[in-house]
Amino acid sequence: MPIISISKLSKTYTSGFTALSGIDLAIERGEIFALLGPNGAGKSTLINIVCGIVTPSSGTVTVDGHDIAADYRAARRAIGLVPQELTTDAFETVLNTVSFSRGLFGLRPDPAHIERILRALSLWDKRDSRLMTLSGGMKRRVLIAKALSHEPRVLFLDEPTAGVDVELRQDMWRLVRDLRQQGVTVILTTHYIEEAEEMADRIGVIRRGQIILVEEKAALMRKLGRKQLTLQLQAPIPAVPPELSDYELALAGDGRELIYTYDTRAERTGITGLLTGLAAAGIQFSDLHTEQSSLEDIFVGLVREGETRA
Amino acid sequence: MSETMSMNWPAVRAIYRFEMGRFWRTAGQSILAPVISTTLYFVVFGAAIGSRVSAVDDVPYGLFIVPGLIMLSLLTQSISNASFGIYFPRFAGTIYEILSAPISPLEVVLGFVGAAASKSILIGLIILATSALFVPLRIDHPVWMIGFLLLTAVTFSLFGFVIGLWADGFEKLQLVPLLVVTPLTFLGGSFYAISMLPPFWHAVSLINPVVYLISAFRWAFFGKADVSIAISLGMTALFLVICLGLVTYIFRTGYRLKS
Ligand SMILES: Nc1ncnc2c1ncn2[C@@H]1O[C@H](COP(=O)(O)OP(=O)(O)OP(=O)(O)O)[C@@H](O)[C@H]1O
Ligand SMILES: [Mg+2]
Repeated sequence: MPIISISKLSKTYTSGFTALSGIDLAIERGEIFALLGPNGAGKSTLINIVCGIVTPSSGTVTVDGHDIAADYRAARRAIGLVPQELTTDAFETVLNTVSFSRGLFGLRPDPAHIERILRALSLWDKRDSRLMTLSGGMKRRVLIAKALSHEPRVLFLDEPTAGVDVELRQDMWRLVRDLRQQGVTVILTTHYIEEAEEMADRIGVIRRGQIILVEEKAALMRKLGRKQLTLQLQAPIPAVPPELSDYELALAGDGRELIYTYDTRAERTGITGLLTGLAAAGIQFSDLHTEQSSLEDIFVGLVREGETRA
Repeated sequence: MSETMSMNWPAVRAIYRFEMGRFWRTAGQSILAPVISTTLYFVVFGAAIGSRVSAVDDVPYGLFIVPGLIMLSLLTQSISNASFGIYFPRFAGTIYEILSAPISPLEVVLGFVGAAASKSILIGLIILATSALFVPLRIDHPVWMIGFLLLTAVTFSLFGFVIGLWADGFEKLQLVPLLVVTPLTFLGGSFYAISMLPPFWHAVSLINPVVYLISAFRWAFFGKADVSIAISLGMTALFLVICLGLVTYIFRTGYRLKS
């Protein structure tokens, strides 16, 4: 059984704007799931519904088998949420605000557990500091500590690394991996493709309130992966010869580089034909290399494709 | 079903302690302010007016105003503490945590309203203690006095909670206390017995709900009331029920809490 099941979930805000339409999604126990999508796609809306902050217009969500409306206590107890916005109680201390969160979730105080979390997030030295004296990155860590204070089985990270420096980002990724080791399911949203690429087991792409793709990351990379073949020419050419126009070559490096983009999914990549054509045109090259396109390119391609179709 | 699961008391305690935390953080201010204002009232009303109005219903004027003074603070403090307590997290966005926690509306209300009521009761007691420095206190029905103190603090904290949920700006937050509650309290017989008024204004006063609160509270002190205690209790209870109904409605519908 998936740890989260979302079925026919729709949300129309009172403004009349439909942020989600007919979302079906299952999150597997123990996986890291990345939800990718452009601004306004509905990522936060989806997360906020599962967490009880936004009321759905229709559809059902269960968390570990508990309906989020009928059985909200059990459902919410399983969830830790790190929201997108940095909202903190300015006058509270780090230790107090994190202990407060644990209490809200109905758990007895456990100073040892809180200390472990604060140490893991490099916040222990700051435990008596008021939140308003912390930097943005540290506030983000505090929000994570709050979410982990009640030992959730599912952790939602809504853009955890927005405005976060490289070091903290690395720390966070390490933390997410540790959590997965302990069996925690992690769902994160992001605009940073490399984050999904590096972290996720599966990736879902959401666009205009609809899930347009859910795929194992590796399979996605394989399936949609494009490769680029770059040829270093011996002598610069002014233009791509017309007889090679079918290959849609790009000329770069002051006429010294030819770039050919091909689809690894295609039965024929066209490389042999291209090389033969080049020889026939008298173009000689001194070196060549290929590059796998990143998830970012895939993602941009996918969203574009969707837009032109829509 | 978890709806029937046992209460989440740790959450109630967490909210309560969090809310009280603000009071203790500014303890100096929280305690000094009522002490100073009470002293001022005694100087202005007790000394200046009291020297002309010697006694009301055989109660020396300085003593007579004590219940009214406490009620005045109890009402304004209950409303402002409770409304600010819930409005601020809505404004700052930290409400997300309350909304996503396994807490029932009842538990949220217990935590917030309980803390607001506690604070105003504390302030009421501070005023009572300060008064004792100026006049020899006399409380005929101490149990009833405490009872009215509690009932009023809870009722008006609940009312403040409703205002804090309804307000969508700081102006609105202050609007009701400023435009409605303070005038009603001043006109509600804090500093005089409504029987001292001409018949017409006496009749008008009877539509002021605060009159019933102050009258009952004064009865607990001196055994004399402007209106019957049963009516006072009934009116307060009715207002309590109305506020409870409003809070229930707000949580049922998620009004102003969830989009
Ligand atoms: N309370 C609201 N009332 C009306 N519309 C809203 C509300 N909250 C969000 N929306 C709209 O719903 C859409 C989805 O918003 P959402 O915050 O879920 O997007 P997102 O994918 O998280 O975007 P981002 O990457 O910018 O965080 C947006 O067009 C947004 O303007
Ligand atoms: Mg978002």
